[in-house]
Amino acid sequence: MTHLIAVYRQQLKTAIAEQLQYRAALVIWLIEVALGPAVSISVWSTVARNEGGEVNGYSPSGFAAYFIATMLVNYATQTWVFWEFSRRVREGEFSPLLLRPVHPIHADIAQHLAYKILMLPVIGLVTLILWLAFHAGFTPSTANLATFLPALLLAFALRFTLEWTLALLAFWLTQVNVINQLYVVVVLFLSGQLLPLSFLPAPLQAVTAWLPFQWMVAFPAQLLSTGLSAQAVVTGFLAQLIWLLLGLGLLSLTWRRGLKRYTAVGG
Amino acid sequence: MTAVAAVNVVHLRKVYRVYEREAGLGAALRALFQRQMQEIVGVDDLTFTIEPGEIIGFLGPNGAGKTTTLKMLAGLLYPSAGEVRVLGYIPWRRERAFLRQIALVMGQRQQLIWDIPVIDSFELNRAIYRIPPAQYRRMLDELADLLELAPLLHKPVRNLSLGERMKCEIAGSLLHRPQVLFLDEPTIGLDIVMQRRIRDFIREYNRRTGATVLLTSHYMADVEALCRRVILIHHGTMLFDGDLTRLVERFSPYKTIVVRLEEPADLRPYGEVLSQSEDQITLRVPKSAVARATARLLTDLPVLDLSVEDPPIETVIEQIFTQEEVV
Repeated sequence: MTHLIAVYRQQLKTAIAEQLQYRAALVIWLIEVALGPAVSISVWSTVARNEGGEVNGYSPSGFAAYFIATMLVNYATQTWVFWEFSRRVREGEFSPLLLRPVHPIHADIAQHLAYKILMLPVIGLVTLILWLAFHAGFTPSTANLATFLPALLLAFALRFTLEWTLALLAFWLTQVNVINQLYVVVVLFLSGQLLPLSFLPAPLQAVTAWLPFQWMVAFPAQLLSTGLSAQAVVTGFLAQLIWLLLGLGLLSLTWRRGLKRYTAVGG
Repeated sequence: MTAVAAVNVVHLRKVYRVYEREAGLGAALRALFQRQMQEIVGVDDLTFTIEPGEIIGFLGPNGAGKTTTLKMLAGLLYPSAGEVRVLGYIPWRRERAFLRQIALVMGQRQQLIWDIPVIDSFELNRAIYRIPPAQYRRMLDELADLLELAPLLHKPVRNLSLGERMKCEIAGSLLHRPQVLFLDEPTIGLDIVMQRRIRDFIREYNRRTGATVLLTSHYMADVEALCRRVILIHHGTMLFDGDLTRLVERFSPYKTIVVRLEEPADLRPYGEVLSQSEDQITLRVPKSAVARATARLLTDLPVLDLSVEDPPIETVIEQIFTQEEVV
């Protein structure tokens, strides 16, 4: 355990040093990250005003709170492992990682954490600007706020696990990026990033309840913006835990089979 | 066998399955539905043992199966048949205790992180390999000294030249003092001075730590300088395993006779003339005929000087591989 902590500390230091090489990218990312919620809030606020102040229970300030919360949760849980992985396998960068006496997943976790730490001031600034500009109205209860952080951590663990598993498909498919692209679109719709899930048609809502995506983004985002009933909170945590366990099982299975394949054909 | 051998390979075989298709769009479309699979034998029936502390040259033309073998020894490839043990471990299981004792250096872009100073990548290795601080400092000093790394350590990797990067890659792979070192073309693309420096360094590392080294190289100078024993493979199978000197005896049926004469003469009756300058002639003579040819030369002609030599190893090996090609 102390060994892993030492590895993480060093990985974090390295990853931060690496990221700092691209300061210009930070600024571009700032614009990219702020633009999505800004557009969504503007559009939906207009719709709400035309509908007499509210759509599906969301007022303009309610929309602002929801999309800001979604942006925050998305920033905290987002990964880019599948792009990394397909490149690694294609360009033979995976072999050196396999030769290290540490599981390669740790390097990836550390790298994502480093990036998120670095981006914290950026995302903080964007949040503040959007909050003030759109008069966001956050209405969670104290209990909701208290459960937000654990929900966010579970959401990250779940999303990271699923996306790392998906990334392992690169062992079988040389062109895995098409699948990744499809996944990104599905997540955008079904995780609640594009619009609150209550806006989806009822049958689709029923389907999403049985899928992992909304527990990765919409659930923590709603805890923070509108708040959720005690029952919904319990359901949410249960769903996160079950999906996380399933995901971890799937990950270790895929990892073992993928490695077997990789070491059969050669890196 | 009393002690654990550093490397033990028995009837090792690796078969790759490769999907093939003809060129062109039609073939590409057909391949969508019906793929032609071909089995390619990468390595076939290799058996050898390497004792701790040996430096072995692993030779063969491109595609002979050298890298495939190294990858199986390091645990990156799963053998199709046969057994491999490195330091008593089964490599493909990649147990941590095993990985901490080996290193594989292959190509240029391996473990150094492109955008940050070299020393930061080294620090990462320190944490990953759990190198105690005192040992890390000592090893880093030693490596920096032997490979003259001091001016490079604080430069980002992307700013280094090819040779500088190779030096740093090798140094980074050795910080944890591996007991077994696999080097795939450690001097490729480097100038003569740098080649010699890396060569000296490998010898020195082997002397100081008693590590076992298995290296492939296209430069015979590397092999002659470092390896007493060589393993020759071609088309995945073993051609020779033994002393470098015996290699020449065994595979070269010829010797060269260098003669200096007082006055020019036609030496064609004595053997095949390889080169002829004003007063010096080099002849190639079958081994069995050397004694007779020498005696005849000495009695028939005004010889100033005469010496019998083995042909250069490079030539011998080239010959072996081209002969095999014909067979």
